[in-house]
This record gives sequence, C-alpha cells and structure tokens, in this order.
Amino acid sequence: MRRVVVTGLGMVSPLGVGVQNNWERLIKGESGLRAITSFDVSDLPAKVAGQVPRGPTSEGLFTAEDHVPTKDQRKMDEFIVLAIAAAHEAIRDSGWQPQTDEERELTGVMIGSGIGGLNGIYDGSITLHEKGPRRISPFFIPSALINLASGHVSILYGFKGPNHSAVTACSTGAHAIGDAARLIMWEDADVMVAGGTEAAISRLGIAGFAAARALSTSYNDRPSAASRPYDKGRDGFVMGEGSGVLVLEELEHAKRRGAKIYAEVTGYGLSGDAFHITSPPEDGNGGFRSMRGALKRAGLDPSEIDYINAHGTSTPLGDEIELGAVKRLFGSAIETVSMSSTKSAIGHLLGAAGAVEAIFSIKAINDGIVPPTLNLEDPSDSCLGVDLVPREAKEKRVRAALSNSFGFGGTNASLVFREFK
Amino acid sequence: MSDIAERVKKIVIEHLGVEEAKVTENASFIDDLGADSLDTVELVMAFEEEFGCEIPDDAAEKILTVKDAIDFIKANSAA
Repeated sequence: MRRVVVTGLGMVSPLGVGVQNNWERLIKGESGLRAITSFDVSDLPAKVAGQVPRGPTSEGLFTAEDHVPTKDQRKMDEFIVLAIAAAHEAIRDSGWQPQTDEERELTGVMIGSGIGGLNGIYDGSITLHEKGPRRISPFFIPSALINLASGHVSILYGFKGPNHSAVTACSTGAHAIGDAARLIMWEDADVMVAGGTEAAISRLGIAGFAAARALSTSYNDRPSAASRPYDKGRDGFVMGEGSGVLVLEELEHAKRRGAKIYAEVTGYGLSGDAFHITSPPEDGNGGFRSMRGALKRAGLDPSEIDYINAHGTSTPLGDEIELGAVKRLFGSAIETVSMSSTKSAIGHLLGAAGAVEAIFSIKAINDGIVPPTLNLEDPSDSCLGVDLVPREAKEKRVRAALSNSFGFGGTNASLVFREFK
Repeated sequence: MSDIAERVKKIVIEHLGVEEAKVTENASFIDDLGADSLDTVELVMAFEEEFGCEIPDDAAEKILTVKDAIDFIKANSAA
C-alpha cells in the first residue's frame, strides 16, 4: 500500500488564524472562549462560545476579505469562507502547485462539515416567510451545501481529482483525513486537500444543541472556564467554529519535489455505535473499536503511542466513557501515555474538530510538546493514574499520536500520526 | 445622467465587484463584467428590491446590459 504523509497545514480557530499562531497560543494555555456578543443570547441557556476572533490579519485575527473577495462572500455561507482561508494556508505551506493536467487530475479535495450553511438556511427561511419565494437568492442552495467547501477550493486551484465531502457530525474532520489518505493509498490521487469546517454558532445553532442538553450552561459568567474536560465541574460542551485543512501526499511524490514532511498518516479506524442518536453506549465499545482499528492499521502497540488528543468534549457522560475505553485498550500503557483535550481551549468545532485536532497532534510530534487540558482542577475519580496534562503544556517526545473523534449518530473515527524519519 | 442610471450602476458595481469605469451603459453583464447566469438572476433581484418593481422572468431574460436594465426600470418603475 502506498504511504501517505502530511505536507501542508492550515487553520482558523477561536484562537485566531494560522497554525503557528494557534499552536503558540494553545501551548501558552490561552483560551479562545468568550461571552457571545454578536447576537442576542438573553433567552438562551448557553451564552459562551468559541467564535473566530475578528480583526486585522497582521495580528493573527480573521478578516474575511483577506481570504475571499467581498463579492464572492455572498455566494457562500461562512463555513465555506473559513475552509477557503484554511485551505489557502495549507496549500501555500505545502508548496504544491500542479503544472500539468495529469498533476491537476491527481490532486483532489475532501473538506467536510457537520452542519453546513445553517445560518444561510435560517436567513433564507425568514426571507421566504416574510417576502416570498421570489426573494430567495440563486446562491441560497450553493451557499449552504456542505460539499461546496470542497467545490470552491477545487475551482480556485484547478484541482481536478476526487472532489468529496465527509458529513459525520463531530467525526467529520477525522473521517475526511482518513478517507482522503485512503484515496491516495488506492491511487485515486497523489495529493488530497483534506479537513473540516464549521460555522454554526447562531441563535438557532445554540438553541438546537442546548435543547439536546449538550451545552455548558453553568459558566456563562466565566467563559474561559466553561470547557473543562475530565473536571468534576464539567457540564457540557462549548460550541466552537473554524476550519482545519491538511495537505496529504503520497510519500514518493512528496520526496520527489523535496516537500517538507510533518508526519505520516499511518492509522485510521472507524466504527458505529448502533446505539443512540446522541449518546455513546456506556461501555464505549464504539470508540474502543475505532481506536483499536487505527492502532492495528498503524501496526503499533499502545505503548508506542505517546499522546492522545481526546475527543473530550466536556460532557459529563462522554468524557467518562472515552476515558474508560482508552484505559481498556491501553492496559498498562496508560501509565506512559499523555492524553489531553484541546477542546478545553477552543471549544467543540464539530465538523472541524477532527481536522484541527489532527493538526495539534502533528504539532505535538514535531515540537515535542503536548498541549494542556485547561480548567482541569478537580479531576473525576476515574482520571486517577492517567496523565491528562492538566492546565499546562509539557515537553514530551511524541513518536506517535492518536486523535479521537466521536459524533452524533454513533459515528467514530480515530487517526494515528507517526513521526516521519 | 439620471438618478436611475446611477443607482443601477451602483448595484452592478457592488454585486459584481467590478471597477466603476467598466460599468458603461453598453457593458454586457456576462461578456464584459464577468457575471455568470446566477449573478444575473441576483442582479435582477437587486434591481427589484431597489426600485420596488417586479421584473417578470421573460423580461429579465432580455436584460443583458446596463442600458437594458436602466431602460426597463425607467419604463416600469415609479421610483
């Protein structure tokens, strides 16, 4: 089977724009969670979110016009704008510029989203109700369609290879990366631009997740404390938004052009819970099987995994179940692995989470630093004996990292990245 | 230049993101100003909104240039 490596990274998150900027702030223990001020939250139970900070690009903040011309922004919902921004960075970082038709046809895109253009659908519904069908924009449908993130990136760059999108709720980003790597392994492409994107923070989005009793509501007056995976005081996740995009490339292709190689994608496991639409089974067998599958594919023993980027959303039940599954799979290797949830700093980026967290896992390998689990002050009893990297990043050699993503519908994906030598 | 012509041109500049100098009366939305078929549908909607008139589909299909738009609106709008 052909080997797949990572040669480009790009990211927009609640910590700002750019991978290096994000990573430095994450390692310093900064939080991207704030009180929501961009819309009325007075009647919503959750009033905190991880919104992409707006401001000058030169300060690591987000200005949409610097990524997508203003006239084109009307044709796409915000999740697409964020994906384009992250894709621009990742593709620039990789240095890959196909020159021939054949090269273009072997370069594909697989950027997914959990929800897609929720805000545009909301606005369109209001327009339809108040003004009638003649006032619905011709861009209404293409703005909202999830696969248009991949579509726009392919059109902008002339990438004519596989054009695809994963849509698996909070596992989207991980599935996109894993599936894209397999397209390269099977020679459908030499290069894939893969990742996830999400921009669903709105009155409707918050109301929906709050109704499912999924969101944190006890820390509205202390936003940066609201996401606290594994802490006894955790009470739900905090919605985040952003996008993570990776350039995946066949190893020999990357070597031939002298590309910088961040890591190798060696493991990918998938599973279904077949249990409940929003809750995992108590024994966490779905997550267990996706992790086990990823390790098997990677040919690694748990003792060779030095870091786990947990799904760890800060829900009372989910964190406990994931931790239990990890303990069972790792056995005595639990003593040497470090496991943290970066959702403690940026919230839950839903369809973008798996991609953004894959990038953090790769940076941990490259820099020999594992990012912290913020707000972990009073760990649940089950955390005893597990290094959850409380509150502060720490230096540690990471030979291989496992990244978990579990989504509504009982859809699980785990990825293994290995240092490239 | 009439007020209607100014307003039409302003909408075209905003929606198509083109330079003001290019938006001459004879400029074709598709051939000269880079619009595609969806852009022209949205332009017509923007004219309807701005001038409070209704432009039926068969009339919209004939609005291909800046001048076509100005002429239609002059003939059909109280604005």
